[in-house]
Amino acid sequence: MIPTLFGVAVLVFFLLRVAPGDIVELKYAGVGAFVSKEAMDVERAQLGLDKPLWQQFGDWMWGIARFDFGASMWTGRPITYEIAIRLQLSLQLAIMATIVAVLLSIPLGTIAALRQDTWVDYVVRVFSIAGLAMPSFWLGILMILGMLIFFRWLPPMFFTPIWVDPWANLSQLIWPALAVGYRYSAVATRMTRSAVLEVLREDYIRTARAKGLWEKLILTRHALKNAMLPVVTIIGLEFAFLIGGLVVTEQVFNLNGIGMLFVEAITRRDYTMTQALVLLVSFTFIVVNFVMDLVYAWLDPRIRYQ
Amino acid sequence: MTMKRCSLRGRPLALVSVCMIALACMVIPAAMAAEQPKAGGTLDFAVGETPPSYDGHRETTFAMLHPLAPHYSTLLRFDPDKYPKIEGDVAESWTVSKDGLTYTFKIRKGIKFHDGSLLTARDIKATYDKIVFPPEGVASARKAYYAMMEKVEAPDESTVVFRLKWPSASFLAQVASPWNFIYKADILAKDPRWYEKNVMGTGPFTFVEYVPGSHWVGKKNPDYFIKGRPYLDGYRAIFIRDTAPRVAAIRGGQVLIEFRGFSPATRDDLVRALGDKVRVQESPWICNMTVAINNEKKPFDDVRVRKALSLAIDRWEGSKALSQISVMKPVGGLMRPGSEFAAPEAELTKLAGFAKDSEASRKEARRLLKEAGVPEGFAFTLKNRNVKEPYEAVGVYVIDQWRKVGLNVTHLPQEGGPYFADLRAGNYETSIDFACDFMDEPDYQLIKFVSGDKSPLNYSRYKDAVLDELYEKQGRATDPKERLKLIRQMEKRVLDEQAYQFHVLWWYRIIPHHARVKGWTITPSHYLNQDLRDVWLAPE
Repeated sequence: MIPTLFGVAVLVFFLLRVAPGDIVELKYAGVGAFVSKEAMDVERAQLGLDKPLWQQFGDWMWGIARFDFGASMWTGRPITYEIAIRLQLSLQLAIMATIVAVLLSIPLGTIAALRQDTWVDYVVRVFSIAGLAMPSFWLGILMILGMLIFFRWLPPMFFTPIWVDPWANLSQLIWPALAVGYRYSAVATRMTRSAVLEVLREDYIRTARAKGLWEKLILTRHALKNAMLPVVTIIGLEFAFLIGGLVVTEQVFNLNGIGMLFVEAITRRDYTMTQALVLLVSFTFIVVNFVMDLVYAWLDPRIRYQ
Repeated sequence: MTMKRCSLRGRPLALVSVCMIALACMVIPAAMAAEQPKAGGTLDFAVGETPPSYDGHRETTFAMLHPLAPHYSTLLRFDPDKYPKIEGDVAESWTVSKDGLTYTFKIRKGIKFHDGSLLTARDIKATYDKIVFPPEGVASARKAYYAMMEKVEAPDESTVVFRLKWPSASFLAQVASPWNFIYKADILAKDPRWYEKNVMGTGPFTFVEYVPGSHWVGKKNPDYFIKGRPYLDGYRAIFIRDTAPRVAAIRGGQVLIEFRGFSPATRDDLVRALGDKVRVQESPWICNMTVAINNEKKPFDDVRVRKALSLAIDRWEGSKALSQISVMKPVGGLMRPGSEFAAPEAELTKLAGFAKDSEASRKEARRLLKEAGVPEGFAFTLKNRNVKEPYEAVGVYVIDQWRKVGLNVTHLPQEGGPYFADLRAGNYETSIDFACDFMDEPDYQLIKFVSGDKSPLNYSRYKDAVLDELYEKQGRATDPKERLKLIRQMEKRVLDEQAYQFHVLWWYRIIPHHARVKGWTITPSHYLNQDLRDVWLAPE
């Protein structure tokens, strides 16, 4: 894990410096203000941008070694504080969207496989293809317009932690969770259907049926468990993506999440914030991959890691 | 209550008069009662960006000003109902010496900071010392505007004296700047950067909380120095970065107003959806779109080519077309049309590119291009910021206009980082540029046109000692007529004689808001009138 994160850190640090743009320029000239070069230089010095590159990198690495990610170059507030505010929303949304996706995709994919080429299969396929074709942000816009026009109501504008006010929390996050979860379920439904179809054609399923095992038992104990490996991969990767990748959905629902923070940090050339967020997302992918490996081993006891 | 129908039969005039009087008796008191400010309520408003730091002296974005201005006072302020009239905020009165070098302000007594301490002249001095003579390592965004200031003195608790090196036509307006929040001297003495992360002023609202990226909350200051104000119990600034959810939030009543501005299409949508529940305020805006030309690159180093580029653009038709889809509308020279410094239309139309006969202008443009040796179909690029409205809209219009004189221009919209990097480095041929200010003031609007080595806002890479001298002279001119003359000379040189760079159109501010929001008047700048002290909410 550490070599991977170090590689990511080196890459992101230098790639960001190669990209054209200057946070001080964006802050002042970006609003058309007349600010003297002297004032801009003071700002650059405060941000440490006047130091040589190797020194900036060394300072950052030394900070990370002590779990000190520094302060955002844009706001001056500690990065851990800025991320913590957004992470609870993004994490909860990712979990809720995953639950929606799992609840939809596994039953639908399995039913579609079991009823292959019947009207049930066609309905499920149309439902999942529609989910793939419709971007979640577009579905989100439709939801918002629908709520506004038909009910003259919109979800709350602020995030309230679920332990403070569960109703306010859910009435804000359920809509984006449904929008994102539907798109996410579409991928997982198709994967579940293919995997179940493939497993149902295996010799051991035929054998189970031949020895007179109960169909429900064949499906749950032998077919589904073995079909779940690719589905788990899809679900895991999508979950990791949701932590920082819901930029447009966050914009549509005005959610104060990691995705928006990411885009703002990049467009503002907030190096310290972007670096920390890239590390966070990389760390999430590493952890999710690790958990997926554990799940693989549980689903298929033949898999052993040495 | 029953109402009698007014009839015009019989004795029409008498009847009409009686009906009018009866109607007036019924309507006027009702209207007066309806307009009587009511205390209470919380104003929710949208802000399209999030504030960087909390320090008004350091920042330049409305995203800092809109949530924070209600916490602070300034020395003077622009009267929003009588813009550009200046009135005292913490200053009770002021005098100017005959030589224009000394400004003496009397401070109102009994003004309290939110921590209960009294505001004195020492706080004003410390504030202006930080803005004009910032200590080492402290960024002051507007220091360059106060080059005329020699020192600030606080001879007693309620008197502040500003001494200038030379008379300045803009000085009084500059101390009415909405950015110049009055800070507490003791705090600044301990830590000049304290205000970057903390709030403590004398404004109508005290600070409650800020959740980064989400919202900012303020509550009524019971000790505010104007008795009976503010009317509101508090306010919440909600950060909504994307336009669509911002409009939806207004439509759904989650926020009642957004103070920057919307496009005409959004205004029409909101009016259609909300009917008489929405009120629209509109005003010309002290912002403009400019075509920056790289004067160092061939063939743009030739004045004939630059002039042809300006002549090719029909601004009057552009105003009609672009005002349907964007915030751009007024046609003007270097100063905002409608302002006291603007060129009258008769004078403006004599400048290259501002004439109403576009065919004649284009003919002249073609002639100049031919004379300069620019071939038909000459290709170059117009760089732009990748913001649809108004940047890309004006870019597309300008390119279409240039095509009409035989130029083949490629539009290159860029993300903010590379866009500014290219402008600064001169890595462009032509580019869309812009400017926004808080007041109509030649010192502010003309600084963009002085030599590039003197103004970081001038990206067009030219040096012109004549312009520099004219700029300096107009800033020191104490006779308004003389000043106007100098401004006209500068305008003619920039736009007509040299055509170094030129404005396309000025912006037009449109604020559709819930009719419940009362006591707020639109001004030509989205930086002004943001302290919310006069705002109140009518019952639903």
